[in-house]
Amino acid sequence: MNLTLLILVPLITAIALLLMRNKQQVKWLALTGATVQLVLAFVLLFTYRNEVASGNAEQFLFQQQYDWFPSWYISFHLGVDGISVAMILLTAFVVIAGVLVSWNIDRMPKEFYFLLILLSFGAYGFFLSLDLFILFFFLEIAVIPKYLLIGIWGSGKKEYAANKLALMLMGGSALVLVGLLGLYFSNPERTFDLVKLSHLDIPVYIQKICFPLLFVGFGVFTALFPFHTWVPDGHSSAPTAGSMFLAGISMKLGGYGCLRVAAYVIPEGAKEYADIIIVLSTIAILYGAFATMMQKDLKYMNAYSSVSHVGFVLFGIGMLTKTAITGAVIQMVSHGLMTALFFAVIGMIYERTHTREVNEMGGLLKVMPFITTVLFIVGLCSLGLPGLSGFVAEVTVFMGAWEHPDFFHRFATILACMSIVVTAVYILRAISRTAMGPIKESYSNLTDARWNEKLAAIILIAGIIAIGVAPFWLNNLISPGAEIIMQKFSVAP
Amino acid sequence: MNEFLTLMKPELQITIIIFLLLFIKLSKGIKNDLLLLIIQNLLLLNFIAGFFFNAPGNLFDGMYQTNTLIAFQKSILNLGIYLISLLFTGWFRKTEHLPEFFILMLSALLGLDFLISSGNFLIFFLSLELATIPIAAMANFDLEKKISSEAAMKMILSSAFSSGILLFGISLIYGATGTINFEALPAQLDGSTLQILSFVFLITAFAFKLSIVPFHLWTADVYEGSPIAATSFLSVISKGAMAFVFISVLYRVFQPMHQVWYNMVMLLSIITMIIGNLFALRQQNIKRFLAFSSIAQVGFILVGITANSPEGISSVVYFILIYTVSNLTAFGVAAAISSQTGKEKIEDYKGLYQTNPLLSWVMALALFSLAGIPPTAGFFGKLFLLTAGASNANYGFILIAALNMIVSLYYYLRVIRSIFMDKNEQPIEKINIHPSTKFAFIICSAGIVLIGMLSWIYDYIQSLNP
Repeated sequence: MNLTLLILVPLITAIALLLMRNKQQVKWLALTGATVQLVLAFVLLFTYRNEVASGNAEQFLFQQQYDWFPSWYISFHLGVDGISVAMILLTAFVVIAGVLVSWNIDRMPKEFYFLLILLSFGAYGFFLSLDLFILFFFLEIAVIPKYLLIGIWGSGKKEYAANKLALMLMGGSALVLVGLLGLYFSNPERTFDLVKLSHLDIPVYIQKICFPLLFVGFGVFTALFPFHTWVPDGHSSAPTAGSMFLAGISMKLGGYGCLRVAAYVIPEGAKEYADIIIVLSTIAILYGAFATMMQKDLKYMNAYSSVSHVGFVLFGIGMLTKTAITGAVIQMVSHGLMTALFFAVIGMIYERTHTREVNEMGGLLKVMPFITTVLFIVGLCSLGLPGLSGFVAEVTVFMGAWEHPDFFHRFATILACMSIVVTAVYILRAISRTAMGPIKESYSNLTDARWNEKLAAIILIAGIIAIGVAPFWLNNLISPGAEIIMQKFSVAP
Repeated sequence: MNEFLTLMKPELQITIIIFLLLFIKLSKGIKNDLLLLIIQNLLLLNFIAGFFFNAPGNLFDGMYQTNTLIAFQKSILNLGIYLISLLFTGWFRKTEHLPEFFILMLSALLGLDFLISSGNFLIFFLSLELATIPIAAMANFDLEKKISSEAAMKMILSSAFSSGILLFGISLIYGATGTINFEALPAQLDGSTLQILSFVFLITAFAFKLSIVPFHLWTADVYEGSPIAATSFLSVISKGAMAFVFISVLYRVFQPMHQVWYNMVMLLSIITMIIGNLFALRQQNIKRFLAFSSIAQVGFILVGITANSPEGISSVVYFILIYTVSNLTAFGVAAAISSQTGKEKIEDYKGLYQTNPLLSWVMALALFSLAGIPPTAGFFGKLFLLTAGASNANYGFILIAALNMIVSLYYYLRVIRSIFMDKNEQPIEKINIHPSTKFAFIICSAGIVLIGMLSWIYDYIQSLNP
């Protein structure tokens, strides 16, 4: 499998979009690009599984390396392990759903789709890169499209939200940059190469400096408490597809970075700060859950609940056990699909009722059975109903966390578990107020979902159910990668 | 004789063009359009010729030195001048004294070329004066505007002052070491108090020219008052050349005092970035805005200079190449708008995207490159400056620089927001852009994207390092 294809397809799609003349061409081209990419992602999944089944025990498969800035020892180095394959699948799912959901965009469709595809280009590149320089390059590519998407097509306090998001994310990447430079100069070879760096003995004092920089830097992307404040504003102001990409893909960049760069390359630093990570992520989980209870706006609700759910990712990473890390990755995939679907549904409802206030809705099940059913499914997934992906992810994280026998870890786990109860409260309340009860007069002749919306929802639901009913395939995909990361921690310093 | 012709080729080319322009000025009746076309082609030839027959060597007992890196630096300046001649076509066509403006600008360029090649403080001082005085005349070129004369006055007074300080520093160096020759100086430097004092005077003069904080106060007024072609020359070409000279003087001549100047440059860099950024936040006029943002950019250049390694030189040269292209583009867009509508405020740009989508994208590319956002070249430029600076393992300093990039992003985004997001009842009308300006925009946009992506450009610069 040629990994460069996965980067080239979105890039070519984005450039070709600029040459299109009208809205129809733009839409169909974007959809074609996203479909091709989804097919490629599945091809990658199956070739990867075949390769592993045939006994290829290399850590990163399908590696490709081209020189790029040889005088700085930077190379364009791509490769995948099970974790990246899972993230690429997630991205492909969310991108195609996002393209479908924005089918009827009227204002500047060409620019809109261009920015969406550019964002996905950054994400694909990020998940594929094995050189930290190009990883950083792709991370930053993904920031500005978000800014423009929110600022131009957003609603509400969009300028404020766009600015806040861009500046906080760039702040995060500034920290990442300094951490990367620290790693770069810590070794005599001067390399940004992830594979080489992971085999080097980086001095412990440098690890202790670089780890917080990298972890907090990536943490900003994934709503690490107290740097989560861009999440509610950004998500709620963004257009529907923008929110889907933000929560579904962009927040995962941070989680993946925390795991792949911070924890994997800097194990001593991770051990040093693991307890702080657990405390912060437990706060994020609980705070996010309680803050969601207070929200009246559906988008704000999902944004705050994202803070809570993504907290589980960092929680799992902080636990530093194989099961917990596997759970963290499953949670990334699961939350990505779920939250993208949630935002898509909210977008569909808003487009019809022109309100996102829970209290102003009611009885929507009568007029839009499809949309409300999807809302039920995604809500149940969010509160962790067995059979859907949220349950699998959270249980895996908790099982991994429980492997620590001491009081601190157990107490944190119990606290984090409690958030599930809170989630049930706010999800059930929101759904019942939206879907049940008497319907307003003005809503009685609203239409149900169109074909594009149905297709988007079905694609995402298929992903959620596939993980929920048969978690073993995802687990088998991820756990070898998690195993290798864990080996770094079992070695005595 | 033959050696004289090949080694001094860049300067001789410029001199020939200056004389040609003088003759053209004598003959009356040439229209500005035709004249401009001639000038543009001459400058293009000048730029292309700069890549051939470059050899290292020196003349006049080492007073004039050159090598392939210096030749490349001069080529960057030539490229900048060529782009200026294309970008500001709108303004040039309306100017009454077109040949004079170019004669002045090329004289200043000649001074800068000699400055880069100087191997002795004497020729250093002479060429610095040659590079400064014509700029003051250029600043005064909007003859009917009072503010333009004010700019010229401020420019000439402050540069006279800095020249005085520079002379004082040179004389102290001569007194302390007995030589002003760049080759002989390093052996005489031992870091005594008198030498440090004289070095402080020298660095002050450089700081004046590079508008490093706290010697930057003349910058904003001069930039705002001067015609935009003069402003862009001052902020791009002149600053780029000064940075080349600064780095070569620090690395070659003051290498023994490395510990002394490292701390000074670091401190200057930090305050320059912070103050430049903070002032740029509040600017309403696009020229003043670009002026203060260019102050902050110089702060970043200083980060690369602190590296004190070959990477330091190549990353600075690389950054200045990118900075030339990106900043000239931004000035070009501002000039295209102001020469047709007279609007220079950032808030006038509101809703520009609705009427001028392509121009807006060009401006956005330039601003993203200045802010250091990938995939534009500015990202690579800034990253390599920081990487070079980080080789001293002074991560606090690098963190300050990296955080300053966020502040700068904020104000660049302010312009982007005006262009793309804000609504306006009466946006700027459709701008008619002269074909040669369009051509320049195409070159610049391609440069902004490609200089970063094509990694061999950096490797080429790296390979030039002697």
